Amino acid sequence: MNATLLALRTEVRWALGDALVMAWRNMLRYRRSPELLVFSTIQPVMFVLLFAFVFGGAIQTGSANYIDYLLPGIFVQTVIFGAMQTGIGLAEDLAGGLVDRYRSLPMARSAVIAGRILADTARNVFVVALMLAVGHAIGFRFHTDVGRALAVVVVAVLFGHAFSWVSACIGVAVKDVETAEVAGFIWVFPLTFLSSTFVPVQSMPAWLQTVATHNPVTIVVDLLRALSQGGPVADPLWQTAAWAAGIVAVFAPIAIALYRRPS
Amino acid sequence: MTPSASAPAVVVEAVRKSYGNVHALQGVDLQVPAGTVLGLLGPNGAGKTTLVKILTTLLRPDAGRAWVAGFDVVHQATPLRAVIGLAGQSAAVDGNLTGRENLEMVGRLHHLGGRMARDRACELLERFGLLDAAERRTKTYSGGMRRRLDLAASLVARPQVLFLDEPTSGLDPHSRRDLWDVIKELVRDGATVLLTTQYLEEADQLATTIAVIDHGHLIAQGTPAELKRRTGGEVLAIRVDDLAAADRAAALVRPYGESGAQVARTDGHLSIPVSGGSALLAGVVRDLDAAGVSISDIALRQPTLDDVFFALTGHAAEAASAGDSAVAAGRSRRDA
Repeated sequence: MNATLLALRTEVRWALGDALVMAWRNMLRYRRSPELLVFSTIQPVMFVLLFAFVFGGAIQTGSANYIDYLLPGIFVQTVIFGAMQTGIGLAEDLAGGLVDRYRSLPMARSAVIAGRILADTARNVFVVALMLAVGHAIGFRFHTDVGRALAVVVVAVLFGHAFSWVSACIGVAVKDVETAEVAGFIWVFPLTFLSSTFVPVQSMPAWLQTVATHNPVTIVVDLLRALSQGGPVADPLWQTAAWAAGIVAVFAPIAIALYRRPS
Repeated sequence: MTPSASAPAVVVEAVRKSYGNVHALQGVDLQVPAGTVLGLLGPNGAGKTTLVKILTTLLRPDAGRAWVAGFDVVHQATPLRAVIGLAGQSAAVDGNLTGRENLEMVGRLHHLGGRMARDRACELLERFGLLDAAERRTKTYSGGMRRRLDLAASLVARPQVLFLDEPTSGLDPHSRRDLWDVIKELVRDGATVLLTTQYLEEADQLATTIAVIDHGHLIAQGTPAELKRRTGGEVLAIRVDDLAAADRAAALVRPYGESGAQVARTDGHLSIPVSGGSALLAGVVRDLDAAGVSISDIALRQPTLDDVFFALTGHAAEAASAGDSAVAAGRSRRDA
């Protein structure tokens, strides 16, 4: 019994250690080619500017300031777009000869995916921080306290982490960078746009409102709005937690099983 | 769990593997004694890579069993992975990492510990002549350097059994010879190696035992010398100038060959196993002369593995390169 427990502990320690090694390897890439990070942050910045200054004037949100309404949505959109990169990066790893080396090493089977997701989550922290700075520059303000402001960042990043597992399933299944990119947009676009990210759900036709209301993105965006602008937090918080936990519980085993799948 | 020194390092029993209708391996049996080098020789698509992938746990066999260093390839995959090294056909190194980082990463994924991983990376970089390039990203490396680093990566955890899948394919002759030297050194240090190759000369140079595989079947096994003896004593080789006359020349030469032997032909080069000594040459020259076929070269030589492969399979080894024939020509004994 004790020996089994000890073996299990070693296995868990190795799985964590291996994931960290792979995360380190993936993050080195951003340090080596900072332009990669720069370009991947330009897109969310453009979305902020586009909605704040081009579409924003035409959107009636009922709140005084569209930028305060918009930024929580942008945080969520940013982390989901970041999650899309997980699948693309994994497809790239699997398409090359490198994966044969990983599979022939005594490393944890979960480490290739977990390491990629860890690195993408770390990158999401950076990008969300950058969006905060951009938002601040154009007038976004927290109307709550520091604790809730921090919670905004944590919730956004954890939510992105959950979607990284969805993206990982696609990347591991298709094993091709271009297919992973196209497949990524198929779920990312409806998910982010059929929600309260940019417009109030009430402005949509009735049948679409049903979809948008139950979209987990709407739930997390509403939570971030409440955390940053004030309002009841408890309901959207547990719903968000349930969604994130549910997504990881379903997609993480699928992604790892797809990777382990013997051919 | 660890096998005794005399136990075979690799045991393959009736292993089969198909991809849909393609039967890559059709019941292969094989043993590699510890401390020896097995050269797995065969043309493209013969099943060599499939066998290596099964033995390194990348593929599961459809049927049959296999053990490496005493570990079952299906049921004991994780402990097996800890005692093997694999250098595949495509140099599996990460282009965004430096040479040193690549080796350290492999060490860490072998759970060697940070200190040990760093020391091992240093040792291997030095041994493979990559110290000067150690801090450069490997995407800037030449093909030969990447292969050397890949081989170094396969040695990080001091494997009991090393698998080299076509380690020199696509390399220029100079880099190939470099890599051969490195592999020979490993063998001198007592490594057990399973090496696949399309280059007959490579198997001849490196292997203790050669197993010839074709269409998923193991068709012959033995030392290079034993295999060469199978083709008969000597090989008669002639070169005709006029390609149009090659068929006629082949027909004339055929009766001089061993019974049942075929004439191997590449362009104007003809060869056939014979056992008749130099007296036979005079007869061949007289016959060809009488038929008006002019030749630019005629020789009796020791059989090469090319001849063996042809004799066994009825077709030439596809990738027999210009370099191989040049070496074969250099070895030929001119008795004429």
